[in-house]
Amino acid sequence: MKFGVVVFPGSNCDDDMIHVLGTVLQREVVELWHKQESLEGFTTDDCIVLPGGFSYGDYLRAGAIARFSPLMKAVIDFAHRGGYVFGICNGFQILCEAELLPGALLRNSHQRFTCKNTFLKTVTNQSPITAGISPGRVLKIPIAHAEGRYHADEATLQQLRDNDQVLFQYCQADGTVDAAANPNGTAWNIAGICNAQRNVFGMMPHPERASEERLGNVDGRLLFDSLLQNRMASATQ
Amino acid sequence: MQTTEPVVNLQVAQNLGLNAEEYERIIEIMGRQPNFTELSIFSVMWSEHCSYKNSIKYLKTLPRDGARLLVGAGEENAGLVDIGGGLACAFKIESHNHPSAIEPFQGAATGVGGIHRDIFTMGARPIAALKSLRYGNVDLARTKHLVEGVVSGIGHYGNCFGVPTVGGEVYFNDCYNQNILVNAMSVGIVKVGETVSAVADGPGNPVLIVGSATGKDGIHGATFASADLTEDSAEDLPAVQVGDPFQEKLLLEASLEAIKTGAIVGMQDMGAAGITCSTSEMSAKSGTGMLIHLDQVPTRQANMKPFEILLSESQERMLIVAEKGKEHLLYDIFDKWDLECEHIGEVTDTGRLVFMENGEVVADVPADPLVLGGGAPVYDREFQEPSYRADLAAFDASTIAEPSDLVATARQIFASPNVASKRWIYEQYDSMVRTNTMSTNRPSDAAIVRVKGSNKALAVTTDCNSSYVKADPYVGTMIAVAEAARNIVCSGGEPVAITNCLNFGNPYNPEVYWQFVHAIKGMGAACRRFNTPVTGGNVSFYNQSVFENQTEPVNPTPTIGMLGILDDAEMQMTLDFKEEDDQIYILGATREDLNSSVYLQEVHGVALSPVPHFDLEEEFALQAVVKKLIQNELIVSAHDVSEGGIFVCLAESAMAGNRGFKVSTRPGMRTDAFLFGESQSRVIVSVKKARETSFLNLMAQRDVECTKLGEVFGKNLIIDDRDFGPLLDWRNIYDHSLGQRLEAS
Repeated sequence: MKFGVVVFPGSNCDDDMIHVLGTVLQREVVELWHKQESLEGFTTDDCIVLPGGFSYGDYLRAGAIARFSPLMKAVIDFAHRGGYVFGICNGFQILCEAELLPGALLRNSHQRFTCKNTFLKTVTNQSPITAGISPGRVLKIPIAHAEGRYHADEATLQQLRDNDQVLFQYCQADGTVDAAANPNGTAWNIAGICNAQRNVFGMMPHPERASEERLGNVDGRLLFDSLLQNRMASATQ
Repeated sequence: MQTTEPVVNLQVAQNLGLNAEEYERIIEIMGRQPNFTELSIFSVMWSEHCSYKNSIKYLKTLPRDGARLLVGAGEENAGLVDIGGGLACAFKIESHNHPSAIEPFQGAATGVGGIHRDIFTMGARPIAALKSLRYGNVDLARTKHLVEGVVSGIGHYGNCFGVPTVGGEVYFNDCYNQNILVNAMSVGIVKVGETVSAVADGPGNPVLIVGSATGKDGIHGATFASADLTEDSAEDLPAVQVGDPFQEKLLLEASLEAIKTGAIVGMQDMGAAGITCSTSEMSAKSGTGMLIHLDQVPTRQANMKPFEILLSESQERMLIVAEKGKEHLLYDIFDKWDLECEHIGEVTDTGRLVFMENGEVVADVPADPLVLGGGAPVYDREFQEPSYRADLAAFDASTIAEPSDLVATARQIFASPNVASKRWIYEQYDSMVRTNTMSTNRPSDAAIVRVKGSNKALAVTTDCNSSYVKADPYVGTMIAVAEAARNIVCSGGEPVAITNCLNFGNPYNPEVYWQFVHAIKGMGAACRRFNTPVTGGNVSFYNQSVFENQTEPVNPTPTIGMLGILDDAEMQMTLDFKEEDDQIYILGATREDLNSSVYLQEVHGVALSPVPHFDLEEEFALQAVVKKLIQNELIVSAHDVSEGGIFVCLAESAMAGNRGFKVSTRPGMRTDAFLFGESQSRVIVSVKKARETSFLNLMAQRDVECTKLGEVFGKNLIIDDRDFGPLLDWRNIYDHSLGQRLEAS
């Protein structure tokens, strides 16, 4: 599996993602400039990552302009063909704007940007990024956003639950999912979801910030390891 | 509306902030009467901000040399320190006090933008930021408004720009009620030999302006408010600049990419005094001149006058001298990043700055006399010991009653805004982007930032307790330097250099100038002892508030930003208690000393008392032994004793480790002084039982007092067998007190 990390003007977690995928996990990573129009060289066995940051300054609305970048057309097509697309923070916002994921990310209920460690309960192992994580396992992964309150209409939320598309919920250190653990007013404590086809996933917390022993937290690596192992498993099948 | 520029005379010069003597010198330098645009150029370049005219004499007494320094203080936009392995660190702190007091959101935001630009204009990539903030009384509506505005402004800019805020400090004191202090520090990394200088070498080389268009923002409102100067309304000239962090992010990436082409001869960002400052400083440094066509400068408004274009402080702009014939390499890169890049002139060999508009010369001034170190004025002001110092001598600690309820007193201190967690503030900053912040999950006294591509880490901190400095500027400033060094040493680092942000009142007030002169002396003494030369910084005078119709200067606040290095990032020392039964010791002598403590201020309402005990040699010996203990792996935590004394220090280590403690106070010493006193040069460490003998053997060879306090124990705080309650309760007070107070209406 090869990774492509899309750099939009204003992306600022692109280097972090490339560092984790390339230097820490020793995988092939290609930096993709948003002005390019095709994903030549990528197959649907590969993964395109939309990193965090403030694409186009988050002007108008987070992710609203980036989704019209020339490369996004190719990314949308890639996703429709079954390729893996992983959006983190601003990347998640862009995926929702591009309608590759349902719902939207609204301004935090307390109206402030917030950056801190949060605890996430792994809801399902039925996704490439959670396949290697036992359901119920609590991960410590930090957030850093002002617009991370997941919102969708009741029918969509119900569908997400029915289809097992909610990947992570904010929780207490002991795994309790409650209002006190909800950092931004997000619906059903949702921190991350996948699409119905399970090849597109988005989350507000930053696993790339929790993937190195030197930084004192490796919980985020479990997601990348899952993705890679899942691919390996299907490749040998 | 068509307006004419005023005829220049002494009155106009004085309105621009120049005095009669300076005006005469300008006429002498010019050999004629300057026109209004030329006079404006002199006025901004000779302003305190650009010329350091009232401070440079004393700044030159500071130690400014060291084996690791790659550029001298003031030579470039920021200090540059060799950190080994072919890497260098560029770092600097700067104030944005007055803009933040007027318009806290944009004032603070552009302060952040400005300091980062100083770093990346040298070719270094900013990897960390620190914020040193001073506010007035926390319960005032004005303070809450300013906190909210400044914090969201810093977050708005820094979070989008993508550089983590990893540390800093926040203090509340009535002296800042009207005049808050917003000091921002940026730290960047560059390969040695790949830096860019702010020079304008090579006559004939093109001069380019890159980034945002030039608007009327930032032209000092006060200077232009007079109807004598212009018929335009002052309302047209916002005094505070407006920042665009997205534009700055593009400018950062494009600039660093452009440097790699080798087509850049010199580069300087445009901050204070805009095009005027960058053209004159770059030319003066190279002994060259420039011919600039102001009509080629992209502007936001039509019909901007020459002086407006020259003085505009519009943000996110760079001036670049390119190598002739290679400009196209730069155009391509700035085009890729959708940034405007205009050819506005050439380097000349005349030593003069000639500004043209529509084919006519609008200003023609020599470069060198404009700049610091060239012809800018240098003054020595009068000083006199402040009268309040007499009151200090009268302070008698024996009149301070010991508290009847120690637990209640401890809670009061713990909840006070200068002790309680600043979480409400710092959680609004991205502290982790760029994935280098080691102290997020392993807290240390200084922030620890690993340097990718090496095994090293940087330890960075800002420190200044201005109550100590007010009580005794000489000793108080030594303490600021010592505490910064202590924080770095307690984190496993080696202190290497400082940057300073000198926030004082009006320099024409002899008492203020006395504070300034003595603070500089103390800083010099401490920096020499710790071998941490001064790499540069910023002077901010005229910080004052009006109280009962009297103008009061803010506390003298010489903020120290210190850089330390960990050659091996694994040698980081943390402050949290690790395991049950670890033995807790305090290193350094605890004296019966209540002076200038949070305890005296919060509990007894004593705003001013003498500076706490400090001895430079004692401090040096303490830091040497802490380094040795860390090297020999004899301690498992280290935390310096600062505001709130031993009690707060112990509780912070306990909360960070989620473990309680059982300790004893000292018989024969006032318990309040023992628990809450702030005598300096002390560190609380914890030691594994198995290593205790080795630890004590090492300490026995050193002339540093070492006293056992107790041990890590359970989940409660126990002092002299009295249970002060569960850690969880203390954590609640610590985490939420400040936020509750700020959000209370």
